[in-house]
Amino acid sequence: MTVQKLLDSGMFHIVNVGENPEREITVPFCCDLLSIAMGRAPAGCAWVTVMGNMNTLAVATLTDAACIIMAEGATLDDIAMKKARDQEITVMGTELPIFEAAFKVYQALQE
Amino acid sequence: MDEAIVLKYDISPDDFTRAGEASSDVKGKLKQLGVSPEAIRKVAIAMYEGEINMVIHANGGEITVEITPVDIKMILADVGPGIPDVEQAMKAGYSTAPDEVRSLGFGAGMGLPNMKKYTDDMTIETQLGVGTTITMIVKM
Repeated sequence: MTVQKLLDSGMFHIVNVGENPEREITVPFCCDLLSIAMGRAPAGCAWVTVMGNMNTLAVATLTDAACIIMAEGATLDDIAMKKARDQEITVMGTELPIFEAAFKVYQALQE
Repeated sequence: MDEAIVLKYDISPDDFTRAGEASSDVKGKLKQLGVSPEAIRKVAIAMYEGEINMVIHANGGEITVEITPVDIKMILADVGPGIPDVEQAMKAGYSTAPDEVRSLGFGAGMGLPNMKKYTDDMTIETQLGVGTTITMIVKM
């Protein structure tokens, strides 16, 4: 499933559309501790987190995540929002808990 | 790319808004040079962890990146307090980061272990009260 397909699915609301939405999503990944995400986030993942500061965006870029999904109604702060736009990172949002959001992505990837 | 390409970055102390800029810049340059995505990812992760460490612990410092056809060498030099016990600092989960840093999602004691994990070679030279220089190599 591409990032664009996930954006179009209506599963999550769209916060920012980044570069290369035709990129394939490899796997959902859940983590709020950036130190762990830095070492473990797989390339091309859909990263589900509640941590919405600018460092989340930096970690997403550097680990080569395909997109970020903010769960539990969490939002990006202003600096992080600017960084998402500047660095062209796709960010989506949902009121769902982290597990449910990731499970939805997982199910969509199995289809 | 016959000769080494050398990039230099000044890392500002206590500035989390800029942490990651140097790593992102290197990532972009390696992409332009056609370096493999896996090598780019390793360099980006290792260098960002190092950058964050310099911001948190060492009042910033300087990063030099040397790119050759064979490998990418990152030299992270600071004039911070030095690492009292390198072996302990290398243990996953050991951290001396302040609460403020932890509230940003960092400081879980994974920095140095991640740097080692994502590089082919890493050496730490450190002296208390003088500074630390970490050299990391990622093969092409």
